[in-house]
Amino acid sequence: MRERIFIAIGLLLFLALFTTPVWWAAASRTRAAGPQIQLPQHATACVAPAAYMRASHMQLLSNWRNDAVRRGVHQFHTADGRIYDVSLSRTCLGQCHSKTEFCDRCHAYSGVSAPSCWQCHNDPQLTARSIR
Amino acid sequence: MIEKALTGNKQYWLWISLLLAFIGTGAAMYLRQLIDGLGVTGMSREVSWGLYIGQFTFFVGVAASAVMVVIPYYLHDTKQFAKVALLGELLAVASIAMCMLFIMVDLGQPQRVLNVLLYPAPHSVMFWDMVSLSGYLLLNAIVAYNTLSAEQRGLPAPHWLKPVIYLSIPWAVSIHTVTAFLYSGLAARPLWLSAVMAPRFLASAFAAGPALLILLIVVLQKTTGYDPGEAAVSKLATIVTYAASISTFLVLVEIFTGVYSGLPHDRETLAYQYSTLHGLWGMTAWMWISSLLMIGALTVFYVPRLRKCRVALLAACVAVFASLWMEKGLALIVGGFEPSPMGTLTAYRPTCTEWAIAAGIWAIGALMLTVFYKITVGIRSAAQ
Amino acid sequence: MKLTRKQFLLTAAATLAGVTGTKLVTSVQAAPDVSAKPDSPRWAMAIDFQKCRWDEGCNQCVHACKQAHNIPDVPEKAHEVKWIWKQPYQDVFPQQSQWVDPALTSHPLMLLCNHCSNPPCTKVCPTGATWKRADGIVMMDWHRCIGCRYCMAACPYDSRSFDFADPRPDIANINPEFPTRTKGVVEKCNFCEERLARGLCPACVEGCREHAMIFGDLNDPASEIRSALHTRYAMQRSPELGTGPSVFYLL
Repeated sequence: MRERIFIAIGLLLFLALFTTPVWWAAASRTRAAGPQIQLPQHATACVAPAAYMRASHMQLLSNWRNDAVRRGVHQFHTADGRIYDVSLSRTCLGQCHSKTEFCDRCHAYSGVSAPSCWQCHNDPQLTARSIR
Repeated sequence: MIEKALTGNKQYWLWISLLLAFIGTGAAMYLRQLIDGLGVTGMSREVSWGLYIGQFTFFVGVAASAVMVVIPYYLHDTKQFAKVALLGELLAVASIAMCMLFIMVDLGQPQRVLNVLLYPAPHSVMFWDMVSLSGYLLLNAIVAYNTLSAEQRGLPAPHWLKPVIYLSIPWAVSIHTVTAFLYSGLAARPLWLSAVMAPRFLASAFAAGPALLILLIVVLQKTTGYDPGEAAVSKLATIVTYAASISTFLVLVEIFTGVYSGLPHDRETLAYQYSTLHGLWGMTAWMWISSLLMIGALTVFYVPRLRKCRVALLAACVAVFASLWMEKGLALIVGGFEPSPMGTLTAYRPTCTEWAIAAGIWAIGALMLTVFYKITVGIRSAAQ
Repeated sequence: MKLTRKQFLLTAAATLAGVTGTKLVTSVQAAPDVSAKPDSPRWAMAIDFQKCRWDEGCNQCVHACKQAHNIPDVPEKAHEVKWIWKQPYQDVFPQQSQWVDPALTSHPLMLLCNHCSNPPCTKVCPTGATWKRADGIVMMDWHRCIGCRYCMAACPYDSRSFDFADPRPDIANINPEFPTRTKGVVEKCNFCEERLARGLCPACVEGCREHAMIFGDLNDPASEIRSALHTRYAMQRSPELGTGPSVFYLL
C-alpha cells in the first residue's frame, strides 16, 4: 500500500517523542540530582539496617502498627539489643527523622505518596509549632 | 445481546437521559460526601443509620421477592409465570446492585470495604450478609444471562441451570433472613429485638416485590407492547394480597407485645412511631400514612369488584409499595434508634445530599433494569 | 476460531474474578491478634459519683481525656465526639430514680465505654476493627475500621461516637503524643491502654481531683477496686443484657 511509508514515518516520530527523556538527558550530559535528604542529627544507629529500611520501611511500619494496636506490644527490640518505643510520631519522627526534611523529600522525588498515615498521626515538629 | 439496549425510540432515550442526569447528580453529591464526610447527611451520633441503610434493607426485600415467581414457575410448573420469571430474576439483579451501592455510600471509609473479606469475621452477621448478597447476585446473574442467551439462540436453557435456579430459592430466603438478623440480634435496640423481624421482612418483601413487578409489567405493556399475560398479573396480585396481609398481621402482633407487656423501651419505641413520646409526634404522621396506604391497598385486593378494576389494582400496587417503602425503607431503621438507650430523642431528616445520592442509586437500578428489560423484550419479540 | 465480543468479555470478567478471588484468599491474615498473656489483669473502674463536683463547675475527667486523646470539640451536637461525659442520674437509671434519696440522684454519672466482658459491639464488627483483649479492654483499630457503624447500633450504652467530618479543625491543641482520628471511623474510650502500657493510670482517673474514680485490676485481690466493690454496693448499667460491664457505680 502507498500509506506504508507514512505509517513508518509516524511510528518513528512517535518512538522518538516517547523516548525523549532518555536521549535528551543523555545528550545534555546532566545528572538529575537525587533527593536532598537531611539525615538524623542526634541518632547514630537506625532501628534496622539501612538497606532493609530503604527497601521495606513500609513493612516495618506495618509490623509496628499491628504490634502496637492489635497485639499490645509497645516495645521493639533491634537485633543488637536496643529497645525502642513502637510509635511513628514519638520514635521515628520524635527521636530521629524530620518528616519534611527526610520522609517527604524522598516521597516527593519518587512520586510516592504515603498512604493516609498523616490524616491521623502527628508530625511532632508541626504540632509543636501550632500549639498556641 | 447488549446491542438490543442501544437502539430505541425517542421515549426510550429521553428516559435514559433522565436516569443519567440523576446518576450524575448523585455522583457529584457523593463526591461531596467523600470529601466532607458523612456529616453532610442527617445522621447523628444517636441515629447512626438512616436513609441509606433503610433503602438497603428495603431493596434486599425486593431482590428476595424474585423467589415468589421462581418457586411457582420452576417448582410447581405454573405456566402463567412463563414470561414473568425472568423479569423477576432481572429485578433481583438490579435490586441487589442497588443494595450494595447503598452500603458503599453509607460507609465512612469505603475504600476499606474489602477488609470485610480480607479479615473475615464469621461472628458478625454483616460478614454473612456480604457473602449471601454477593452469592445471590452471582446466582441470579448467571441464571438470567444463560436463560436469555438460550432464548436468543432459540434453544432450551442448559440443563445445569436447573440446580442453580433451585439453589437461588433458599438463597433468596436466606438473604433477607440474614438482613433481618442484622437487626434482630441486637439487645440494645428493643424495636428490632424480636424473632418476628425475619418473617416480617420476608412477608413485606413478598408483598412489595411482586407489587413492583406488576407495575413494571404494565409499564412494559404500555411502552413496548410486550404482554406477559393477564393471568400472570392476576396471580402476582394474589401473592401480593396474602403477603401484605401476613406482613400487616405481623406488625399488629408486634404492637400488641410491645404495648401489652408494658416494657418501657418497647412501649416507648412504638409510641415514637404511632403516637407521641415525651410530647413529641416523632414519626407518627409518616407511620400512619404508611398504615392507611396499606389498609387502602388491602381493601382493593380483598374486594373482587375493586381488584378486577385495572386502575384500582395499579393504585393498590403503588400503595403497597409506598407503604412498605415508608415502613422498611426508613421508619423501621430510624425507629430503632428512637429513643436512644439514654432515653433521648434525636430528630432525623435526610438532607438534600442524602436524597440526591439515594436518587442516584435508584436511577442506577432503574437504568440496569431498563437495559435488562429492553434486551429481554428485544430477544423475545425477535423470537416470535 | 473466531472470538466473539461476548466470549471475550465473559473470559475477561471470569479472569478478573479469579485473580481477585485468589488474591483475596491468599491475603487473609493468619496472625492472631489477641494478646493472650498468662495472668492477664482484668481492668475495671469503680466510680464514686457522689464525690463528683460537677455542680461547682468541675469537668476535669472530661478535660483530661480530651487532652490526652485529641477528642475534637465538634460544634454540632448531632456530630459530637465524646469518650467520657456526664449524664444526670435519671437518664442512666430511669427505672431506679423514683423515691431515691436526692443526695444520690442530684449527682451526674460519668459515662464511658463499659469495656464489657461480653461486648455486643465486638460481636458485630465485620472487620475485627474492634475486639476484646485478654485484659478486658475493648480496643479500636482505626486503621481497619470501615465506618459501617454496626458497633454503634449494637452498643446499649451509647458509648461510641462517629467522626462525621475531619476532627482536626475542631481540636484546639493537638497532643503530639497520641494520634488524632480521621473522618469516617468510630471511636470510643480505650481505657487509656497506651498509658496502661507505660504503667500509668487512665487520664480521667488521674485528672479527677476528688479521687472519685478508682481504676484497677479485678484479678488482684489486694487492689483498691476490689476492696471498694467488697465494701460498698455498686450498680452497673443494664446488667440484665448480659454484657458484663467493667464499670461500676458505687453507692
